[in-house]
Order: sequence, then structure tokens, then C-alpha cells
Amino acid sequence: MLTISDLSNEIAGKAILKGLSLTINAGEIHAIMGPNGAGKSTLAYTLGGRPGYDVTGGTVDFDGADLLAMDPHERAAAGLFLGFQYPVEIPGVSNVQFLREALNAQRKQRGEEPLSGAAFLKLAREKADLLRMDMDMLKRPVNVGFSGGEKKRAEMVQMGILDPKLAILDETDSGLDIDALRICGEGINAIMRRPDKAVLLITHYQRLLDYVKPDFVHVLAGGRIVRSGGPELALELEQHGYEAVA
Amino acid sequence: MTTAALLPTKADEAFRYADLAALAMLWPLPAEAVDVAAGESGSLSVVLAGDAPAARDLAITLGEGASYDLRLLNAGGAYGRIAVTVRLAKGAKFHLGAAQLGGGDQTLEIVTEVIHAEPDAQSSQVVRSVLAGHATGTYLGRVVVNRGAIGTDGEQSIRAMLLDRTATANARPELEIYADDVKCAHGCAVGELDAQGLFYLQSRGLPPAEAKKLMLQAFIAEAFVDAPEEEVLTQAALQALGGLL
Repeated sequence: MLTISDLSNEIAGKAILKGLSLTINAGEIHAIMGPNGAGKSTLAYTLGGRPGYDVTGGTVDFDGADLLAMDPHERAAAGLFLGFQYPVEIPGVSNVQFLREALNAQRKQRGEEPLSGAAFLKLAREKADLLRMDMDMLKRPVNVGFSGGEKKRAEMVQMGILDPKLAILDETDSGLDIDALRICGEGINAIMRRPDKAVLLITHYQRLLDYVKPDFVHVLAGGRIVRSGGPELALELEQHGYEAVA
Repeated sequence: MTTAALLPTKADEAFRYADLAALAMLWPLPAEAVDVAAGESGSLSVVLAGDAPAARDLAITLGEGASYDLRLLNAGGAYGRIAVTVRLAKGAKFHLGAAQLGGGDQTLEIVTEVIHAEPDAQSSQVVRSVLAGHATGTYLGRVVVNRGAIGTDGEQSIRAMLLDRTATANARPELEIYADDVKCAHGCAVGELDAQGLFYLQSRGLPPAEAKKLMLQAFIAEAFVDAPEEEVLTQAALQALGGLL
């Protein structure tokens, strides 16, 4: 589904990713762990197409298409979802309006009919229930006044509604209490653990992986993948730290 | 802001940023008097949205305890000017909600003078401007609190969003206070669309123009919230916004 080959980039002239390669197949859940400053969030933003994250080398193939040639909204329509470590507040724009417009914009780009208001609300309610989020919260402005945990749950509701093929979740577990962590973990499993979907989890800690069991774990350090393994690698990292393992 | 027989010059503060050539075609500008009797209430929406230059000059007088809700959409042709003078008697209330949306070489301006002539009157002004291309958008707003007009509550919230570095926003909220025990606040900010917010919306599938439109829609909604004709104003504003993106 996603093939990253020798990806390098820089932000404001500073090299961050230095020849990173990674392949993710449909049906797989991958976790990327690594020390602060290794380039984990940079990888997520670069795959999402954030302006300022200039690719200086390498390729990214997403289901046969050149991901790096697409604008951010085109990547979304192609089935990519980026879960933000710090979801952005958009005052004055309600979640419901935003998500309906976003979903219909994606559908339009894919040549599909727009979803009616009623059909959208039904879908939104279903996904909000899954993440135990009150529908009233979805009528409020995007992320405004939400707690850290509510923002992350709202991200997962967005993911459920937009129904991507590949979710890149950047530290979805940060800022979550134990209950919210379990709810988000279960949400990720319910929405994304399917033979035709894949997930790339970016995390510092093992705790999210207790709920969302990865098939593969990678260590990102110095802008590249320095070690890959199975779920046991995460436990090893937890016990011995990055320096001993990587 | 009284109607003068002679065309004003740039030396006249209220016309400092005006397009005088366009104004000459509209001159002399008749003042439109609006009188709201004591205890009565009224409202008005003014939409400048045509292609032709347009200018309006409103003179509003509010009697004791009267209230008035004025909404302006200034999004018309090469030149659009709306001047408003308001005189508030004891306990009167005035609210202005205005949006100016311009692109190309448009010159748009809203010039207000709100006079708290007697005690306990309230005025609030919310002005939101969105400017693209080489457009200039100006807000000049003076709030005058006369001697003895204690208990006055005057508020101005002025914000402008520049979509291009070549656009210009002028904002000058002014207070002239000759009484004690008054509450007057003004806030004024000129900025650009939040790049992080734009990327966030785009990452969910909205093309750049739609993402901008959604954010700007929220920005100008503050001018029209709770307006008697909120829906009509919002639709007209959205159409004008569409032309800027």
C-alpha cells in the first residue's frame, strides 16, 4: 500500500529525514518509535504534505500513485489520514460542517456523489458513539475548548467518518488518560483493523501498543529506520531504552 | 460626516483613504436620516454588492431607551463607502456588525462616529474585513462620550484578514471621552489566515480555496451573528468571498 524509498527532506534548510525506507502492506499495523528529535513527526507531516517540509530525495508510492506529487487534499482523497499530535483549533467552524464538507470534497475528487445531510449525520453519530463522544461536541467549533483527550478522540471520530485506507497517527496517545487511551485504541481497531486498510502508529510508549497490537515495530533514529522487528521490539525498547537497542 | 457642498479632500480625516475620483461621481452625498423614537427599536441591513461605485451616508438618532441593529456588507465595485453617524440618548443601544470584502483594486471604507450624548447608553461595533489583491479596506471609528454621559458602555472589535501581501488594511478606532465612570473598550488586529489551520483543513480533503473559504466564513460570521437578516447577509458575503479566492 505504501512504499517509502530512501526519503530525505529538510525543514528550513536543515536535513531531518536521511534516506528513510519503509514498506507497509494492506492489513498491517506498523509502529514507529524513537527518541525525541529523531524525525517521527517530520515523517508524518512529510507524508501528509505539510508546506515547508521539503523533500530533497527519494520516492513514496501510495497504491500505485506518486504520493509526493499530490497536494494535501489530494492525498486525503486518495485515502490517507493524518492524525495530528496537536489537533488544530478552528474557531467558528463546527465539526459537523467541517467534516461534511471535507468528506464531500473527498467524494467529489473521487467522482462520487455527495452524502446528504441526513446520511452524514447518521454516519457521524455512529462514529461518535464508537469513540463515546457526545454529538453535541461535534456541533461545537473544531477542537475549540476541547481537552487534550477530547481532541484525540475527535481525531478518531474524524478518521471514522473519512474512512481512510491508511492512517498515520502521530502520537495519538499523548495527552490521554488511561480510559481515553483504551477508547482511542479500541476506536483505531474498530475503524482500521481490516484486510484492506493499514496503520502507521507513531508513539513514544508501549502503552498504546497494548491496545493496538502492531505487526511490525521500527526504531527511527537520526532520520532513518535503524532497526525493525515484531511486537517484541517495543517491549525491548521499553525495558532497555533506545540507546541500547538502536 | 455631514453633507458638504464641496467635495472633501484627503486633509479631511474621514476621507483620508477615500477614492476621491470615484466619490466625485457620487457627490454630493445626501445624508439618510434614521430616527428611532424613545423606547422603539429598529434594524437595517445595507449591502453594497454591485459593480458600480457606491457610497452611503447614514445619520441615526436614537431616542431615550431606543435600540438599533445595523449590519453592513461592503463588497461592491471599485469604491464602496459607508459612513454612519449615530447619536444615542439616555439608555439607548446601538449595534453595528459589518463586513468588508474586497479584491483587485477595490477601495472599501466604513467610517463611523458614535456619540454617547446622554448617560447609560451602549454601543458595540464589530467590523471584519477580508482583503485580497491590491484592495484597501479602511475602518475609521470614533466613539465620543459627551460630558455627563456617565454609565456609557462602548465597544469596538475591529479585525482584518489580508489574503495577499499586496492588500492593505487601515483601522483606526478612536475614543473621545469627556465623562467619568464610562466603560470603553477597543480591540484591533490585522492578520493573515492561520497556516496551520489551513493545512489541517486541507489534510482532511478540502481543496485550498474551500479551506480558506471555510475559515473566512467563520471570521466574517462574527459580523452577522444574530442579525435579523443573517441568512441573506451570509449568502451575499459568501458569494463575494468566492470571488476573492
